Amino acid sequence: MAVLRGDHVLKRVGNSTIYFQNPPVILSSAAIGGKKEGEGPLGKDFDLIIDDSLYGEKSWEKAECKMLKEAAQLAVNKAGLTLDDIDYFLAGDLLNQIITANFTARDLEIPFIGIYGACSTIMEGTALASILIDGGFAQNVLVATSSHHQTAERQYRAPNEQGVKHKPTAQWTVTAAGAAVISREGNGPCVTHATFGRVIDLGIMAPDDMGAAMAPAAADTIARHLNDTQRTPGDYDLMCSGDLASVGKGIVETLLEQKGINVGNKYTDGGVLIYDLETQNEVMAGGSGCGCIGSLMCGHFMKEMKKGTYQRLLLMGTGALLSPTSSLQGESIPGVAHAITVEMNPGKQGGS
Amino acid sequence: MLSSNREKKQYQQLVEQKSPKTPLFRNMVVAFIVGGLICILGQILINYFIDRGMNLQDARGAETVILVFLAALFTGLGWYDRLGEFAGAGSIVPITGFANSIVSPAMEFKREGYVLGVGARMFTVAGPVLVYGTVISFFVGVITWLF
Repeated sequence: MAVLRGDHVLKRVGNSTIYFQNPPVILSSAAIGGKKEGEGPLGKDFDLIIDDSLYGEKSWEKAECKMLKEAAQLAVNKAGLTLDDIDYFLAGDLLNQIITANFTARDLEIPFIGIYGACSTIMEGTALASILIDGGFAQNVLVATSSHHQTAERQYRAPNEQGVKHKPTAQWTVTAAGAAVISREGNGPCVTHATFGRVIDLGIMAPDDMGAAMAPAAADTIARHLNDTQRTPGDYDLMCSGDLASVGKGIVETLLEQKGINVGNKYTDGGVLIYDLETQNEVMAGGSGCGCIGSLMCGHFMKEMKKGTYQRLLLMGTGALLSPTSSLQGESIPGVAHAITVEMNPGKQGGS
Repeated sequence: MLSSNREKKQYQQLVEQKSPKTPLFRNMVVAFIVGGLICILGQILINYFIDRGMNLQDARGAETVILVFLAALFTGLGWYDRLGEFAGAGSIVPITGFANSIVSPAMEFKREGYVLGVGARMFTVAGPVLVYGTVISFFVGVITWLF
């Protein structure tokens, strides 16, 4: 159960998975999505849909900030708390110097820990929040993340109105924000384990091939998590990666198979879930961005867990750690994947 | 963690096997048709201006002005990017694509101000075409002058 290092008993299982003695509770969560996300198959799971990409603001960056702030505020309200009850705010996004998170923190006035894990941010944040809580450093922690199609497009790719053709492997950055209040006590799904990812680079160069760039990291984290916890995919109701989309998802399945892990129908991906790939074919291979798994975790998955659809989930965020500069200078794209186990009533199930 | 070249090669093969192929034939046909239609529109305009009494050189100038204006207008209305997604090279290669590549960053960076936004960023896409177009025309000029 616990790992012994010298005289210290670490709250760990296996080589690298964290095990929370008192699993923190995801007390409440909120998700806001854009128009296209609202039209997707999980549109009903968003608390709010924003039809206007500018959201009444003067720039897309300001709109993204407003969206993140509202999601954060909504999550706190839903928990029946006020901002004064929150000990730390952990957030990050895709924009340079994580300005969306920084400016949201400026308004929220809570001690702020800015994080960057590209599209894995929500899982990185939730895992860190759980560490803060189980470590006894905090009572309530607010985690949040966002991405916005137009702000990401203009930073990473081309001006939005430029007429370019996308490759079938390209992905569509999701406009969405997710926020959750993680707490020491209360009712709701609990975070029982966290497996931080290793940064893995198998030499993918093309920024429009991000699913392939992140897939090795995702497969590595799933394999290490299962090995550490001595579990099989069958022990989970579902394992969901962040935003690998249809191409990356297929690669993960093959990579896991090569490691002797057969995921069967227990594995899916947020980039595939958030859009209808048949009718919304302009998204090409599927969704990407912090807001993809961020809003799915804080919207869809939390709702389904509370309904009883799922008892135990492995939720994973996957980040492509590139910048426009690194790509232009001929660097390949490293990937990272962080996973958490979320469980209803972990006591009853007796997590290992 | 950086992987060995052998691992990278193996992985590249897996990725190629798992990735959907670009529908090259479909893209070429659509690009040919759309690009051709834009050129036909240009030719119609040239013929019209010649009919109205312009010489060929002036008619070409007027035609270019109109096509560039239309491309800029459609970019502003948010239509040209949809055409580009559909037609690919068919709407990128003609002069209308060049207009789109200048107007779209100009629109995009307006929020960063008229000097450091629009002014500085307007040619982020078209810049290389202008730079290397000028360089090539210099060499062509030198060759013409020598012979």
